[in-house]
Amino acid sequence: MRKKMKKALEMEPVSLPAQSRVALCGGTHGNEMSGVYLVRELQRQKLEKAGSVTLTTVISNPRAVQVCKRYTDMDLNRCFTDAILSSPVTDATPYEVRRAQELNTLLGPKGSVEAMDLVCDLHNTTANMGLSLISYSDQDWVILHIYRHIQRKITSAPVRFILLDLPLADAYSQDSLGKHGFSIEVGPQPHGVVRADIFNIMKEAVDQTLDWVQCFNSGSAFEGGEVDDVYTFVKSVDYPRDPETNQITAAIHPQLQDRDFCPLHPGDPMFLMFSGEIVKYEGVEVLHPYFVNECAYYEKSIAFHLARKMTLTIPPLQVKRD
Amino acid sequence: MEGREVVLPTVSRVALCGGTHGNELSGVYLVRERLKRKVEEEEHISVVTVMSNPRAVQQCRRYTETDLNRCFTHATLSGPVTDKTPYEIVRSQELNTLLGPKGSPEAMDLVCDLHNTTANMGLCLIAYSDCDWISLHIYRYLQMSDIPVRFIHFDLPLNEAYSLDSVGKHGFAIEIGPQAHGVVRSNILSTMQEGVQQMLEWVRLFNSGTPFEGGKVDVYTMVKNVDYPRDFETRGITAAIHPQLQDRDFCLLRPNDPVFQTFSGETLKYTGTEPLYPFFINECAYYEKGIALSLWSNAASPSPHMALAHSRAVPDRQETRADTLLRPEGARWTGAR
Repeated sequence: MRKKMKKALEMEPVSLPAQSRVALCGGTHGNEMSGVYLVRELQRQKLEKAGSVTLTTVISNPRAVQVCKRYTDMDLNRCFTDAILSSPVTDATPYEVRRAQELNTLLGPKGSVEAMDLVCDLHNTTANMGLSLISYSDQDWVILHIYRHIQRKITSAPVRFILLDLPLADAYSQDSLGKHGFSIEVGPQPHGVVRADIFNIMKEAVDQTLDWVQCFNSGSAFEGGEVDDVYTFVKSVDYPRDPETNQITAAIHPQLQDRDFCPLHPGDPMFLMFSGEIVKYEGVEVLHPYFVNECAYYEKSIAFHLARKMTLTIPPLQVKRD
Repeated sequence: MEGREVVLPTVSRVALCGGTHGNELSGVYLVRERLKRKVEEEEHISVVTVMSNPRAVQQCRRYTETDLNRCFTHATLSGPVTDKTPYEIVRSQELNTLLGPKGSPEAMDLVCDLHNTTANMGLCLIAYSDCDWISLHIYRYLQMSDIPVRFIHFDLPLNEAYSLDSVGKHGFAIEIGPQAHGVVRSNILSTMQEGVQQMLEWVRLFNSGTPFEGGKVDVYTMVKNVDYPRDFETRGITAAIHPQLQDRDFCLLRPNDPVFQTFSGETLKYTGTEPLYPFFINECAYYEKGIALSLWSNAASPSPHMALAHSRAVPDRQETRADTLLRPEGARWTGAR
């Protein structure tokens, strides 16, 4: 313990500009209802300022929200790579690509000085993932300090951090538009349904995020240290499928179902075939599954993701004084 | 009623239907597996397995144009078909030809329709009658196994009964939750498979002459639906089911119990005067039907002694027609001819 603390203390303190412009996005997937109703409620309250923070609230995919579907032409939350954002728009361009470019104008441009300081994108999953923050950088100290703050403050759900190790240009999700960004993912909730308990967890996470940002902007010093329960994406696992029809031939095994983030050991059951056989995990390394049985991932050929569990060290952080 | 014996014909022709709602996946996969496997001929019973709404299944949606499971009233089944007729109405009339005609002697003896719900309802049998003794005896038989099961019924005359199971001489839906639509959970699928097996086992026993004792069974009867509070202008919902009601299907709801939590944090309470039992709490597909939960009363329904009448052969004409309709949609006729 002393060795780790020494390592944390050895990290140089970091100072970063105030996070004055924050965007909160819901309905990026039109049937993930907590974010839709939370954003609508904030818009109803006409909440535009929270202390030092100017808040922009956005329903990201209004057409998909209108029909209560994940998307109309294609998944909006895969449209924010540099390549797609700069692609030419024609009559044949899918709605979501055009919308991604609109959002990039509104909240970005991605990678530029005009971009929002912080973009927070709200999602739900059918997987039993509790409250997960998802981001694409392991050195975004703002995001990691927000994670630690939320982890300390929220007791109504387990809180975890998922890391997609991607360079900015390849980051495909909406939160990559801001100078800093992350998704708040809360589950389990069926798509198209709003559960009060899940809504309350998401609201708490948003409140704590804004709380931290205001403290940060006002000059509070946040000590360095360790953040645990960090999961780095390693690979995806698909369902067993019929080679002719491509239909799935098994469901997630009952011993894996709802056990997101629990370690999967070699030999542990993964799938129960409809014909009754058990398919076991044949990897060598103990990994941690998440997005187990996410409804929207059947069509993406994903039964679950596997991640390595780790701990990160974060430096002391304070706002940069002019 | 107790002590009275009822004698009924064999239940020789059974239809098992899945994918009536295309995103309720337990029934879809159960039906697919049965169609794939070569089920051996069984004594005393013929089972036809049907994928009710193949287009909706293909798209993994509840329906393409209109809810198929509201298309089986006499009025809809006998309506004219034009180019503009919704797919599901055309399909309901096909299914009525295949499994009915509803109300006629040619109809299937028993239609069992497989469904899932996002509500925490466990295993429920749903029927439109509380004196269909076949359905009630099957319910009683299921109760004897380890599966907790409930019987709920909509009190509707046959011609107004709108669901697929009303096409058979006897019929009910098997509804299992909670399961998100578009998702298949292994334990939910197993429960449904066990329920279907127990049902077929009862039918075999009945057909082979086993008498079944009468007695009382608990049934729930539909009283009313409760909608979400809505915005006056937009009609968007302004509250979610309260955390203290969420997942508490068939737990008695008393006057002043919390029912909704608004998105601004306020609690709304049950203003009814009569304690009732809630079902379908927060069913995804019911938001668009204006139903947050439905409320039911509970009473013991008598089920008489049941015994078998003489068997009757399945007429040849019926098989040929069924075969022609089955092949394009991929169902298979199995069992005793």
